[in-house]
Amino acid sequence: MTQSLGGDASATRILPSSSPRSQARDGALAAGAPPGNALRPEDIALAAQQGAAKPGEDVANYALRLGDDALILAQRLAHWISRAPELEEDVALGNIALDQLGHARSFLTYAGSAWGKTEDELAYFRREPEFRSAHLFEQPNGDFAATIARQFIVANYQFPLYRALVNSSDPMLAAIAAKAVKEVDYHRDHSTQWVLRLAGGTEESRRRMIAGLKLMWPFVGELFEDDALTARLGDAGVVPSSLKAEFDLATAEVLDEAELDVSAYPMATGGGRQGRHSEHLGFVLAELQVLAREFPGASW
Amino acid sequence: MSPQESTESTTPAPGEGGHRWPLWEVFVRSSRGLSHVHAGSLHAPDAAMALRNARDLYTRRNEGVSIWVVPSDAIAASDPDAKGAFFESPQGKDYRHATYYTKSEGVKHL
Repeated sequence: MTQSLGGDASATRILPSSSPRSQARDGALAAGAPPGNALRPEDIALAAQQGAAKPGEDVANYALRLGDDALILAQRLAHWISRAPELEEDVALGNIALDQLGHARSFLTYAGSAWGKTEDELAYFRREPEFRSAHLFEQPNGDFAATIARQFIVANYQFPLYRALVNSSDPMLAAIAAKAVKEVDYHRDHSTQWVLRLAGGTEESRRRMIAGLKLMWPFVGELFEDDALTARLGDAGVVPSSLKAEFDLATAEVLDEAELDVSAYPMATGGGRQGRHSEHLGFVLAELQVLAREFPGASW
Repeated sequence: MSPQESTESTTPAPGEGGHRWPLWEVFVRSSRGLSHVHAGSLHAPDAAMALRNARDLYTRRNEGVSIWVVPSDAIAASDPDAKGAFFESPQGKDYRHATYYTKSEGVKHL
């Protein structure tokens, strides 16, 4: 990976004077105290610069996966803003997109600190094969039901993932997860409400919910695949396959109530964790990265 | 129109289609010990979704610890045109305020 060649660029940076607030938080993290609720990416960057929290290569690559998942989903969801069926739902999807963007910023900032890269460098200046997101996250929005199907899968994957990651032996991953898990809990509730309503609504809404699940369900398999990295992480990460039973149980409960059956859908091959993506990611990245690449260093 | 339909929202349906969700009034309590205060209104298909929409629309900046949603139709409001008859009567009736009265002699602890 090119990021790992970044070296010690961070060592040459001028350290900003730290605020008492972030010092207190660093202290709490180091002491293994319960992680705070309002951890910001800026705090993570500061902690990394001060050498208080710098991930190893494996933890950084793991954070990169989680960050890329959240970043690509945030970009997808943001496309709904001004396009949702109702104003209220516009705001709901926008809130969820911003939550995901916040998680992405934290994970990418932390990952980048291992390679002397900022969150922006990782988000805007990596090529498609360098992204480590799973295929589910780059799937097109489709209609509202397809987006809800994707949200339903994502939330039921991320919720047990972050809840388990709160116990990570890496204090920064644990702190990021502690903030994220509450937000993802709401995403789970939001998508559940809509799966039930679309499935139990009109003939047309039910038809669309079934079509949406059929589109998205093949990308479930990749989320729970273990590989050499997740095995090496040990207590720092969460073994993906260990989350599958709860995912199956939680989704089945809602799908049963909605009288929906996904058991017959085949699984796709995946490959996102190795940088092999579907045809969709390139277009997502083109829109995400164009401004930063056209005008490097632009701020607005 | 059946009686069933007549109980649905009387909110005028703006734009084409007319499939609009009913209107709900949102009341947010900003902290423990305070009352729920009217924050605004929103559209939602049912009460459960109205609560979630209210959470998304009216508590984004840490405004609340509790939310009530009430169907707008369920609120009986005073007639704005009847302001005079409704609200002007107390004017000039100072004796309805405790400050109107002077303390009686010999009464302690007032």
